[in-house]
Amino acid sequence: MIPALLTLLAAQLAGETLTRLTGAPLPGPVTGMLILLLGFALFPRLVEVLRPLATGILGNLSLLFVPAGTGVVGHLDKIVAYGPALVVVLFVSTLAAIAAGALAFAAVARLTGTEVEQ
Amino acid sequence: MTDFAEIWSYLAQGPLLWLTATLAAYAIGAACFQAAGRRPWVNPVLIAVVLLASLLALTGTPYPVYFEGAQFVHFLLGPATVALALPLWDNLGHVKRAALPLLAALLAGSSVAVLSALGLAVAFGIDGEVLASLAPKSATAPVALGISDRLGGSPTLTAVLVILTGIIGAICTTPLLNTLRIRDWRARGFATGVAAHGIGTARAFQVHPTAGAFAGLGMGLNAVLTAFLAPLALRLFQ
Repeated sequence: MIPALLTLLAAQLAGETLTRLTGAPLPGPVTGMLILLLGFALFPRLVEVLRPLATGILGNLSLLFVPAGTGVVGHLDKIVAYGPALVVVLFVSTLAAIAAGALAFAAVARLTGTEVEQ
Repeated sequence: MTDFAEIWSYLAQGPLLWLTATLAAYAIGAACFQAAGRRPWVNPVLIAVVLLASLLALTGTPYPVYFEGAQFVHFLLGPATVALALPLWDNLGHVKRAALPLLAALLAGSSVAVLSALGLAVAFGIDGEVLASLAPKSATAPVALGISDRLGGSPTLTAVLVILTGIIGAICTTPLLNTLRIRDWRARGFATGVAAHGIGTARAFQVHPTAGAFAGLGMGLNAVLTAFLAPLALRLFQ
């Protein structure tokens, strides 16, 4: 548990530092995730060290959104003002994105002959 | 005997009360989700947020006081984002076998998600902080919050928009893809993960294991791509 936690925090710390140093548009933790992926490639044994902790955190990922989500109490005026428009935007944009992604996948799979995988 | 108001005012100042309340509200939300047969519209986060927001309003507690306690949970978003490297690593085999379709679907899904949301919102007269908060709405919440913060958006507003996006995607993906006659589980899952992150991924796992694995991959790759795309796209519309 401690080696796994240390790895996660060290990767995040390295990610935050690298992001600040380079001024890259990525959030620090995303850079940390890429650093950890690189770590997995260099030291494959790291994957199993991390697996129990990472599975535990990711299995309860949605709990972690609750504090930020509760912050909506500070935005009730905006929700009231833009609510209906935001709901339309979210519906149209999400359906369009799913359709675009699935159609692009199917079309390129057909072109490159990587179609079936049962 | 100490009076209840005195105990309350003591507890309300420390982090223990609101940390406990956060976990309790989430436990209630998760129990409702289970009882409803894991239907995507009974979202545990949304239930927890409504419960906590009502509790804060009833007790007259300001959000910063609540956050003193809740920050311990909130802090874990960073390590959780780093931990997303694990499912990405596990699915690397899929990436090698279907690299070109995956790349096409990622670019199409991710850019349509960001550009259509911003374009429509601008048409509705939405701008400023709300527009910036909307840009990363298809990325998984921990990443979306980080992007929103960097763009001058409001992470708390983004959290709600991200959750609603996930719920909408999870509810609509099956009927939509049936209408489009997409039968490849890889295409169906991946597109759902790109557009509707973790909530869509959970839905994909309920439908088919291959769809679930590809949805997880789509969520992870989109998190990285959105971090690059959202700032560029926002500049186009500001």
